[in-house]
Amino acid sequence: MSCSVSPFSLLLFSMQDSHFQYLLQLGDNALILSHRLGEWCGHGPVLEQDIAMTNIALDLLGQARMLFTHAGELEGRGRSEDDIAYFRDEHQFHNLLLVEQPNEDWAYTIARQFFFDVFNYHNYTALLQSRDEHLAAIAEKSLKEVTYHLRYSSEWVVRLGDGTELSHQKMQTAVDDLWMFTGELTTPSETDRLMAEARIAPDLLKIKPLWETKVAAIFEEATLKTPENNWMHSGGKDGRHTEHLGYILAEMQHLQRTYPGNEW
Amino acid sequence: MKDWPLWEVFIRSKQGLSHKHVGSLHAADAQMAIENARDVYTRRNEGVSIWVVESAHIHASTEDAEAFFDPANDKIYRHPTFYDLPDAVKHM
Repeated sequence: MSCSVSPFSLLLFSMQDSHFQYLLQLGDNALILSHRLGEWCGHGPVLEQDIAMTNIALDLLGQARMLFTHAGELEGRGRSEDDIAYFRDEHQFHNLLLVEQPNEDWAYTIARQFFFDVFNYHNYTALLQSRDEHLAAIAEKSLKEVTYHLRYSSEWVVRLGDGTELSHQKMQTAVDDLWMFTGELTTPSETDRLMAEARIAPDLLKIKPLWETKVAAIFEEATLKTPENNWMHSGGKDGRHTEHLGYILAEMQHLQRTYPGNEW
Repeated sequence: MKDWPLWEVFIRSKQGLSHKHVGSLHAADAQMAIENARDVYTRRNEGVSIWVVESAHIHASTEDAEAFFDPANDKIYRHPTFYDLPDAVKHM
């Protein structure tokens, strides 16, 4: 045989590749959602919520930094967190489609945040047991922040849902429109599957009922109806994104790409 | 948001003994007021305890401070300044 790569080393390569991609899945979720929330800066409905949104954005950005740094070290090609954040193209991003959706209005922003927070909370909780100790440590730190995010977004879903007729209608519309992006949260990609087998990531199919229970409970309190549509979008984890990601990256990466390596 | 009441925020720091007034904010109810206070006033580890009170429930003394507080100005017997401390007492 002329090829000197044994099947065993090919398997190892693909595991490390998956591990790297898995960290990007998590980091890209945090990075893109952080960017969306940052768009609220200076535009919040009231001062206190403007600050709350940007606080959450900064928390998520911090999580992205930790995850990207870990990913860069794992990859071993000398890429820093900045290289990973600013010098990848759309098809190289592995975030959920949900987090790229536009802010639209307060109701959409809260709905998007709530759907993500329920998943993020249970996912990080499960990651405390990850075989990747560095990832487990990131999860422990992040869980403190995400616990508050979930509390915040849950309460707002209830306030808007069980608020005035207008807020209820807007909240229901937001829920109905974003519902088709929620399936991807707990639908395993090939990377998720491999990582679950390696006990680095949780089995998403076990997180699904936890997600559904929490959402149902909050919806009941908020007098909101669970949409009947069961058809779900997917593809984000595999690099197939909506039309929104291109614009997000253009804004986010423009400065670094124009002046590479520049620092404040 | 026009009908959200104004709340005064008091924070006690980790080493502190009493809550200090740090500012005010608008919120629809007490729970939101506490969370807003946490988001706005404890970003730099300022405190471990938050009190929020609707501004309407705070009653303050009026401007006529001179007349209202004057009777206390010349009652020196209310101050503990007439004791001779023995030398052995180092800290008082």
